Amino acid sequence: MHSFGYRANALLTFALTILALMCAMASFSDNLNHPTPTAQVQVLNINWFQKQPNGNDEVSMTLNISADLQSLFTWNTKQVFVFLAAEYETPKNSLNQISLWDGIIPAKDNAKFWIHTSNKYRFIDQGSNLRGKEFNLTLHWHVMPKTGKMFADKIVMSGYSLPEEYR
Amino acid sequence: MTENMGWFSRTLNSIKSIQIRPTLSQVITLGLVVSSALIIWKGFMCMTGSESPVVVVLSESMEPGFARGDILFLSMSNDPIRAGEIVVFNIDGRSIPIVHRVIEVHERPDTGEVNVLTKGDNNDENDRILYAQGQKWLQRRHIMGRAVGFLPYVGWMTIIMTDRPIIKYIIMGALGLLVITSKD
Repeated sequence: MHSFGYRANALLTFALTILALMCAMASFSDNLNHPTPTAQVQVLNINWFQKQPNGNDEVSMTLNISADLQSLFTWNTKQVFVFLAAEYETPKNSLNQISLWDGIIPAKDNAKFWIHTSNKYRFIDQGSNLRGKEFNLTLHWHVMPKTGKMFADKIVMSGYSLPEEYR
Repeated sequence: MTENMGWFSRTLNSIKSIQIRPTLSQVITLGLVVSSALIIWKGFMCMTGSESPVVVVLSESMEPGFARGDILFLSMSNDPIRAGEIVVFNIDGRSIPIVHRVIEVHERPDTGEVNVLTKGDNNDENDRILYAQGQKWLQRRHIMGRAVGFLPYVGWMTIIMTDRPIIKYIIMGALGLLVITSKD
């Protein structure tokens, strides 16, 4: 009954239960954080704007992104994945989301940033609908925890539009 | 003579009573363990709506978010797929599912059919090279679920056991021996 194996088993079970409970509590504690992130994005320049030989519109732009995501970080946060997506509607698609830039924020100290960049991923439409198109730029973030549930949210910034002519 | 027979049958009975009942109760305990594990697994499947509710990360393509050996909890709801979500998808002709992030979504208005492009956070290029020959987009049917939760390191045992099957047999043998020899 009180053999070595029996005691080792009881100890292991108890240790694993406590560990699981602590993980669950750490994940739950993320719900107590109410973040208030802020972001601004400016389209500084349309570098070029053309129709590809296959008929799809493609645009290249220079962006200025500044954001303060420090309030997203808690003790259970491993990293925050942040990306900026262009979102718009066309006759063909009710929703188009195209990621233009993304980054990984490893720590709270890096969470207040400012970046001047051209789009990291290609901004290509399915078709030729981008001339004069109004679009939203949405800053999404995805909080990856040390353990437990993942969180995601976004800030939508509207009122951007593309030029009427290719250039 | 009768005295002798009585002793013999009494001994036989006592041997029978000792041997059969604990063995039966051990078999039942084992059955309970196996069936409760099965119930938990099937319960997870019902709750999450995903065919494989837990997956082990096998590659480094999502570092530093997910490392090799971490496990992910999946859910498959009818919610539309959106950029930024981490999805698990199966490519036709590939046996191992891939866990990557959605970076592009194009959704048709009437049918709700989607074209999705994915990329691993740690990869430089998007996943078109991983897709089937000539495939440009993922459709809804390729996607098995989206990652909702995360637990580090727990999947290492699985990776070790698939890399070295001998360890799997040793563990299974040891556990079996323990079940057979344990008295309580």
